[in-house]
Amino acid sequence: MSKDIRIRKGLNINLVGAAKQTVSKAVTSNVYALNLDDFHGITPKMLIKQGEEVKAGEPLFYNKNNEEMHFVSPVSGELVEIVRGARRKILTLKILADKEQNYMINKVPDLDTADGEAIKSYLLHCGGWPFIKQRPYDVIADPSVTPKAIFVSGYATAPLAADPDFVLKDKEQEIQAAIMGLSKLTPGKIHVSIGKSSRSPFNDIKGIELHKVSGPHPAGLVGTQINKIDPVNKGETVWTLSPQDLVMVGELLLTGKFNAERIVALAGSVIKEPKYYTTKIGAEISTFLYASGVNEDRFRLINGDVLTGTKTNTEGHLGFYNNTVTAIPEGDDYEFFGWNKPVFDKISTTRALTFSWLLPKKKYDLDTNTNGEHRAFVVTGQYEQVFPMDIYPLQLLKACMVKDLDEMEQLGLYEVAPEDFSLTEFICISKQPHQQIIREGLDLLQKELG
Amino acid sequence: MKEKLHQLKLKYQGKKMAPAFNALHTFLYTPNETTHSGAHVRGADDLKRTMNTVILALVPCLLFGMFNAGYQHYSAINGFPESFSLFDHFLTWDNFLVGITTVLPLVIVSYGIGLGIEFLFAVIKGHEVEEGYLVTGMLVPLIVPVDTPLWMLAIAVAFGVVIGKEVFGGTGMNILNPALTIRAFLFFAYPTWMSGDKVWVHGAVERAGTADAISGETVLGSLAQGSDYSYSLADMFYGFIPGSVGETSTLLIILGGLFLVFSKIASWRIMVSAVVGALAMGLIFNGIVDAGWLPEYSKFYTLMSFPYWQHLLVGGLAFGIVFMATDPVTGSQTNKGKWYYGFFIGFLSVMIRVFNPGYPEGVFLAILLMNVFAPTIDHYVVRGNIKKRLKRFKTATIYPNASDEVDSLKTETA
Repeated sequence: MSKDIRIRKGLNINLVGAAKQTVSKAVTSNVYALNLDDFHGITPKMLIKQGEEVKAGEPLFYNKNNEEMHFVSPVSGELVEIVRGARRKILTLKILADKEQNYMINKVPDLDTADGEAIKSYLLHCGGWPFIKQRPYDVIADPSVTPKAIFVSGYATAPLAADPDFVLKDKEQEIQAAIMGLSKLTPGKIHVSIGKSSRSPFNDIKGIELHKVSGPHPAGLVGTQINKIDPVNKGETVWTLSPQDLVMVGELLLTGKFNAERIVALAGSVIKEPKYYTTKIGAEISTFLYASGVNEDRFRLINGDVLTGTKTNTEGHLGFYNNTVTAIPEGDDYEFFGWNKPVFDKISTTRALTFSWLLPKKKYDLDTNTNGEHRAFVVTGQYEQVFPMDIYPLQLLKACMVKDLDEMEQLGLYEVAPEDFSLTEFICISKQPHQQIIREGLDLLQKELG
Repeated sequence: MKEKLHQLKLKYQGKKMAPAFNALHTFLYTPNETTHSGAHVRGADDLKRTMNTVILALVPCLLFGMFNAGYQHYSAINGFPESFSLFDHFLTWDNFLVGITTVLPLVIVSYGIGLGIEFLFAVIKGHEVEEGYLVTGMLVPLIVPVDTPLWMLAIAVAFGVVIGKEVFGGTGMNILNPALTIRAFLFFAYPTWMSGDKVWVHGAVERAGTADAISGETVLGSLAQGSDYSYSLADMFYGFIPGSVGETSTLLIILGGLFLVFSKIASWRIMVSAVVGALAMGLIFNGIVDAGWLPEYSKFYTLMSFPYWQHLLVGGLAFGIVFMATDPVTGSQTNKGKWYYGFFIGFLSVMIRVFNPGYPEGVFLAILLMNVFAPTIDHYVVRGNIKKRLKRFKTATIYPNASDEVDSLKTETA
């Protein structure tokens, strides 16, 4: 059974340098790294010391607030460095990989007979849990709370994002296993959304509620879909997973092996030959970046897509949740009278001498320039044009800025994640940091009420 | 040049004068700022571009106002031409010279004083110079009578910028429209100057009492006094009538409004609903007159019997609706709220216009009044959304059935 969701408000940001649908195997990385900032709100407690050996899938650290929640190593090798920041906060864990990979093989629960608790405990101990995120607060799911539903978006509308249909090809078995396992963790449904005419592997998966989504970005964001299918109310919890992480959970449930391998899209106008690479979580980005080649010396390398990704550099590593790496030109240059001359090479939702409305199909080569300075909120009614949720975006942002907890709650902060505000941030005339504002609001709300 | 300015910027960095320098620098060049957090790419629009678009829409009104200043001046002296021709009587050098010498000083004083204060506040407060005044500074000379003394304008601008805007925290924080605050200050501080039949035509005040005395009454002024006016409908539509500098030409205001709506800078919702509101009030007044409820000797009779749709052609109503009511900062911020906000502006403008005993115009008062009520309107619109969410909450499916083991773990770690 499928239900159609049509999104009207939004904006597709067409960029140059989409990844061609061919996969190469990336050179094996020497050092793998886990960036602890990927796990928002987790305080790590190390289980092994620097210099010790680990197998792939062996726990590296656990969550201070929940000892059962283990975070495992993507590869086997030696933990060579624990990079610490201010107040000895752990920033990054670096593992020098063995030439021959040893996997830790966990005892697999029987998917047909195991109960929810067994599955939960298995995922927590074997490193599958961090892939499950929850709303409210957009953090790794709290295992003590039962979600009312689980959402997976199998439709990507973010600029240059990896195509889920392509990277999930031939993964039906793993996906089905993951769905079977996860379905025991919620009495509700597992909602999966796919593109309207897509040949997604989800078409043949049992035990899910399939939704067909169409429309511009942010139609592919799971937050938009939740809002349209079954919005989060106060006190409710939903879980979300990205489809590629679903594959990893599935493999973990089928084979007992934590296989960190995934297909990553390398895209962006700076990349000479944008395409897909098979690599592993935490691998050095340079292992596949230079295989495709770059056009420029100075560029912005992003773990993720251009709207929601995190800044990294050529020495950086693939993020835990990312399946896209984007490289775009840096824009740290001045533009003469850039504020009043007609603009043809940038995207805009207005027509104030900006002409992107004439060519909706044109692909743009955007750089990282902010195209203006940070200002107070002035213009109104712009965000609503690209924000499909039944939420007042401007008012919610302001509530977060003044830390008005009641208002934040009432206006629906439970329903959103920072990524839902990436598009409003993109078009913001006042160049306000929307995602940061929402993130801080969520953290505050969780601290005070969660 | 680019390099030199960049070096200068680095030199000024962290110093007191940095905001002043940056304001000039960013005027020439969009800055080399790149994204740090969140989205790595950004849209093309910034506040400067937005404000610039509004100024572009105002330029035709300003140019027309300059010619009209001369046209009204010479027509008051020599009488209106019998067979009017646009190029022979209106777009002439003589008219333009009068405009240049009367209107341009208004523009210069408005920008000079206003931006000066903005720079001062930016340097003292250490924030960037914000662009809000670019539009305000252009609006001010267009909504004052042509012979407003420059010292009056200077005082009013200083008052409007400081009290109307800066004390609230600058652009984006103000409650009242700064341009209208300036206009209201002029009106209440110098009422005898700002009304009557002298200020609307250049030279009329100086000549008053002499043999060469001239006068020019606005259409609304004539109506308020129960006398007739000599302007045709076409004059009113094209704008060949006395009035504040930029408000007379309904045609150019409509074109400016269409440009703003097309460029998605100004809210069409406010414009449409304000027009509807004005027509509604006008119809009510016409209806009262038609029903015979109002005796002909009533002092409101002529204004109330003025055909309802012609209210949009005279006075500052059209200008106010297109350029002042649509100010996003002081207006309603929700799309639904904009409908109510606009409607009441139109409705109240015509009402005040008719009933105001001292001065037959009400647009600026109506907009200022609705500026004050805009947050209230938004409050109720947003409440509606909150109520909807609360309703949903009643049927929420919460699963508190966590196992005891997890519960104990939770209390342990809490």
